[in-house]
Amino acid sequence: MYGSHETGSPYAPHTDENAAAMLETIGAESIGELFDIPESVRFDGEFGIDARTERETRRLVEGILARNDDQVELLGRGHYGYYVPSLVDHLADRSEFLTSYTQYQPETSQGFLQALFEYQSLLVELTGLGVANCSMYDAATALGEAATLADRARSVSGTRVLVPDILREGRRETLQNYVAGTDLAIEEYPTRESTVDLAGLEERVDDDCVMVYAETPTVRGAVEERLEEVGDLASGAGALFVLGSDPVALSLLQRPADVGADVVVGDASVLGLGTSYGMGLGLFATREKHLRQVPGRLVGASEDSRDRRAYTLTLQTREQHIRRERATSNICTNQAWVALRSAIHAAGLGPDGLAELAARGVRRAESVAERVDGIDGLTAPVDDRRLFREFVVRTERDADALRADLGDRGFAVHALSADEIQCCVAGATDGEIDGFLAALEEVTR
Amino acid sequence: MRYDQARWTRNGEYEPLLAEKDLTRVEIRDTEGETGEESGSAEGDVTTVESPLPDELTRDELALPGLSEPELARHYTRLSQMTYAITTGPYPLGSCTMKYNPTFTEDVAALPDAAVHPDRPAESVQGTLELCYRLQDYLARIGGMDAVTLQPPAGAAGEFVGIRVASAYHEANGDERSEVIVPESAHGTNFATAALGGYDVVSLPSDEAGRVDLGALEAALSEETAALMLTNPNTLGLFERDIEEIARMVHDVGGLLYYDGANLNALLGRARPGDMGFDVMHYNVHKTFATPHGGGGPGAGPVGVSEELASFLPAPRVREAGGESADPEGEPTYERFDPPETIGKVHGYEGNWLVLLKAFAYIARLGDEGLADASAKAVLNANYLAERIEYEVPYGPFHHEFVASAGDQDAADVAKRMLDYGVHPPTTKWPEIVGEALMTEPTEVESKASLDQLAEAFNTVASEATETLETAPERTAAGRIDQTTAARTPRLSWHALGE
Repeated sequence: MYGSHETGSPYAPHTDENAAAMLETIGAESIGELFDIPESVRFDGEFGIDARTERETRRLVEGILARNDDQVELLGRGHYGYYVPSLVDHLADRSEFLTSYTQYQPETSQGFLQALFEYQSLLVELTGLGVANCSMYDAATALGEAATLADRARSVSGTRVLVPDILREGRRETLQNYVAGTDLAIEEYPTRESTVDLAGLEERVDDDCVMVYAETPTVRGAVEERLEEVGDLASGAGALFVLGSDPVALSLLQRPADVGADVVVGDASVLGLGTSYGMGLGLFATREKHLRQVPGRLVGASEDSRDRRAYTLTLQTREQHIRRERATSNICTNQAWVALRSAIHAAGLGPDGLAELAARGVRRAESVAERVDGIDGLTAPVDDRRLFREFVVRTERDADALRADLGDRGFAVHALSADEIQCCVAGATDGEIDGFLAALEEVTR
Repeated sequence: MRYDQARWTRNGEYEPLLAEKDLTRVEIRDTEGETGEESGSAEGDVTTVESPLPDELTRDELALPGLSEPELARHYTRLSQMTYAITTGPYPLGSCTMKYNPTFTEDVAALPDAAVHPDRPAESVQGTLELCYRLQDYLARIGGMDAVTLQPPAGAAGEFVGIRVASAYHEANGDERSEVIVPESAHGTNFATAALGGYDVVSLPSDEAGRVDLGALEAALSEETAALMLTNPNTLGLFERDIEEIARMVHDVGGLLYYDGANLNALLGRARPGDMGFDVMHYNVHKTFATPHGGGGPGAGPVGVSEELASFLPAPRVREAGGESADPEGEPTYERFDPPETIGKVHGYEGNWLVLLKAFAYIARLGDEGLADASAKAVLNANYLAERIEYEVPYGPFHHEFVASAGDQDAADVAKRMLDYGVHPPTTKWPEIVGEALMTEPTEVESKASLDQLAEAFNTVASEATETLETAPERTAAGRIDQTTAARTPRLSWHALGE
């Protein structure tokens, strides 16, 4: 099928005759002549990478990935394996969506722009905040961007960013990198029962704080019950209240705008992507007063020459390709296609499906925790809090050994410390949960 | 060639929003203890969802579209029809490397074995780790680098890693530096990234030939220089022929040389950044290695560094396991490790894994010869197209892209009119070194016939009257969109449309 260029790129359609004719038009003898590279830096070696047929390449990758153990994952802590309906794959994989780029020419990109506008609208509804951008990379980088927004916001001054002591390492380190070029310093505040310790937070909040960050549910699966007070503490000190959550949780839990959140960040790929080794979709929403400080791309409605409503990227003077070193962020390529997937998944569920999915996350986490608690040698949940999607278990056996034994039986859980494991029920079927509980009984015996 | 894009209209407007097709309001209520009420029951127009949590921990209601699967299939299919893509036609957006994206890489990314959680222990995800290891190795060879991280989720994120690594390197040497030098013609992300990293940006003018002005560089360099960020070939498509001298000058003041990989598609198999003296580089796998651009992303921006900088890379990286964890059967096993002086993580997990997987498949498919051929044909195509179009193309000799000038015409209007001829226009009005710039990168995937069609589009527009250009496009789904209104009265969600 690839004719005479079987030793070249299969995706370069030139015949030898074409290439010769093109060279003649250019007035060159050979393609090599077109490269204006000094002799001293020319590469005349080999990469040593063999070319393969499509079939061979697929087999190669299949063979490598087959080395992954087939396990039922009861894993969460920020990355969740919700079932993604087939419809999402088939619609998002339409090549017009998959193989277009940033909508620099809105007139010929109305479809994708509308889909992103709808994604932004979904987040506005979920958060109650007036502005949502059309994606950051993931929750960790969105958190970093929130800190730099807090640093720029004219209403705020100071140098301290407060985060919970249970914040996931990846998020904390990413945040640290984002603020490395500013005067901001990250400090931890204590937690109790895997949620904010209000007294501990109050001790640390002062006029020098630019931002207080909290998450609901927390990384240990607990629902925060006193967010309004966290918001009051932050605003009392003139700091921004940044709340971490996700679209499934937000379908049921308190609306961020109602608890005083100034910015909402999180991972929106809980919808639409499924388990993907941590690939994400950074959710970023904020109040309208911070509109000019928002990082990333925004889709807005306008009118076209036919006086009809049409969509376009807007407020681009915030962005790097216009504002350069004074841009609100360095982001260019984002996660637009994941946002599309997330929006399709949400639309497929509808508001009742979304809220039900969230409610089920509470019911299942709490009922499975209760069943785990019935097993000798295990205590669950560890925290006296309402649970969402996942929970921590205290174990008399060494947690790492327990995790390894569960792994041998085909179940993956988190080992948090010597005596704690964490289990997530977001993606598991009822049958898998039953199998997991049976395996837990075996390994604790 | 003439193009009429699909255009769905209803009641004098284009395809309605999801929320205009249906908006269902659900009430969320704690009904625990109550009897006789089923979850999801409807009371009049309002559906109630039964909450296991008390009312004070939940929202009151949620109003979103509630459409059926067939309705959604039509909605999104129509939206796709109103979206121009590389599978629709030529997409010569300069510096974006809009290659055709091989379909088989989608199948590879959809393999069930690829869907693993990032917190799985190394021993249970050997396949994923092996693939990461092999891709690190491929990229190191292609760039002439010693060590690679796959974590940065996009090109700009890769730049940020480069700048953070440079900071860590200088700090480790007890050497605080305050400036990053960026050529005026560089990608906007370079300036923004350097600023995000806390550096003052020193802008470097080009010389008359469109390359780095060595005199200006000499003047800009000092003990304060943390790094020079450079794209090679630059945004005019010109190879920086003095690259070795530039590297020597930067290194002489103790600075690092950063390679912006956006234009690497010009050089595969012909030259490697590592051999030119670059210390750190990023790869744009969504450009060079043909992973789909997805309407703006996701991409991936792995970073390669020289041996000297390897210990600063983000954690974790993947290596072959030695000692006790090695497999006695001889099959290599892989482990994660934290580089000793790591800057820490720049993404919550390991970056855009599914994109990296597609890039691996592309590289493994093409091999040495395919990769070199991709660059050869990309350069052939750019040179051929530049020859065929009637707009002036200053500077040269260029490689994978060129910047034409629309002359007396407005480049933005030229772009709008080109849409009517079934081609995506070039990047416009940038770099500013060329007036009314049309920055054009056809990539290797266009055939001669396709390039002829592109040239015809350019040349037809070049001969058209100003008023034709100003009122274009006419054949796309929407007509010319009013940017001023969009920015002055931001309406950023369907909630804002009634205002």
